[in-house]
Amino acid sequence: MVKALLDKEKIWQLLSTVADPEVPVLTILDLGIVRDVIVSSALEGLGEVVEIIITPTYTGCPAMDMIGIDIKLKLLENGFKKFKITSVLSPAWTTDWMSEEGKRKLKEYGIAPPHSRADDTANPVIECPQCNSTNTKLISQFGSTACKALYQCQVCKEPFDYFKCH
Amino acid sequence: MQNLAQQLINYLLHLADTTLILSQRNSEWCGHGPVLEQDIAITNISLDLLGQSRNFYQYAAQLINESKNMQDTKALSAFGEGVGGEITEDSLAYLRTEREFKNLLLTELPNGDWGQTILRQYLFSQYQYLLFEQLQQNKDEQLAAICTKALKEIKYHIRWSSEWVLRLGDGTPESKQRMLVAINELWRYTGEMFIAVDYEKEMNIDLIALQNNWAEKVDVIFQEATLSIPQNTFMQTGGKTGTHTENLGFILTELQYMQRAYPNSQW
Repeated sequence: MVKALLDKEKIWQLLSTVADPEVPVLTILDLGIVRDVIVSSALEGLGEVVEIIITPTYTGCPAMDMIGIDIKLKLLENGFKKFKITSVLSPAWTTDWMSEEGKRKLKEYGIAPPHSRADDTANPVIECPQCNSTNTKLISQFGSTACKALYQCQVCKEPFDYFKCH
Repeated sequence: MQNLAQQLINYLLHLADTTLILSQRNSEWCGHGPVLEQDIAITNISLDLLGQSRNFYQYAAQLINESKNMQDTKALSAFGEGVGGEITEDSLAYLRTEREFKNLLLTELPNGDWGQTILRQYLFSQYQYLLFEQLQQNKDEQLAAICTKALKEIKYHIRWSSEWVLRLGDGTPESKQRMLVAINELWRYTGEMFIAVDYEKEMNIDLIALQNNWAEKVDVIFQEATLSIPQNTFMQTGGKTGTHTENLGFILTELQYMQRAYPNSQW
């Protein structure tokens, strides 16, 4: 039982080092993709069984397969052999699950972090991640990946991605 | 009469085929969009639709395999002919024939010009949003979960495509003329969305409310775009039950080519 608790903690710690393949500055924990880690003692002599519950950001996000593989590799490298990764759809992922740390890292990386859903409107005011001006304009609702929209700053003229509130 | 499990499987296949075929059509714009940002937008929508279609196929495959294990041979022959072994999302997409596809006719029509593509996207997304709003209350939890998740994405699709309807409808004389041609071309394929076929009847969808709400929303956008809804149009049907236009065969020929030519090949 104690071992199970220790393993659980270790697995969370390992998961915190798995980066998102599309936005490598974020870990999958920053994004809120990992919903739960369940460690259960299986039959005697078989050790424990680990289940990692993940949820996709966008339905068609092609990074999900990659994320599954990365989790698998990370656990294997660290001696975990019996585990499964389960993908669930409900409750549907929201950018509100992104950590504050994640939002800070996104901005530093040059991507405007998502607004909270409570503050979202059809035409949100987006701050330029470079010069912090709010004088920005939407270029396209769809950006380089499903989760981002394309904006341009009217002051420093820099085009940038906005991580859409979802 | 199909039993309830079969109806759900058929309904899931209808949703999966519809989103797959529209995704395939939109993806034809990849590298050909009028400007880079719009090329990216239509292909992003294509990707969202493909993701939805995968979710529906995966769930359908799971249910078919379960009914197979229960030796429900009637269900098996309806979905598994020519497909040996375990049914997967891939075998459902790549190894079913034209008459087995249940997509809406609207989704298989050629893209036409940009105006026709975005009008189809708008008419479909508006319908899909209202339909999925109903389905997220469905007593089947997995169907409800897939639709709840998709709704967040469809909201963007409506916003984007309706802005284009406004821009082109209320744009230059040429863009307006093209939108009138597009409406004339597409409208007769919209009726099918609201006419229930056998497998839809037990899905607890209020198609009358759906049609009224849809017509109301479309009317608001059309009025703002200085366009109008055609009256007394003859409505084409058949897609939901496998009677398609000649276009679907060409789409499947391309989409299924690799698996047909090199069975079980993998990337």
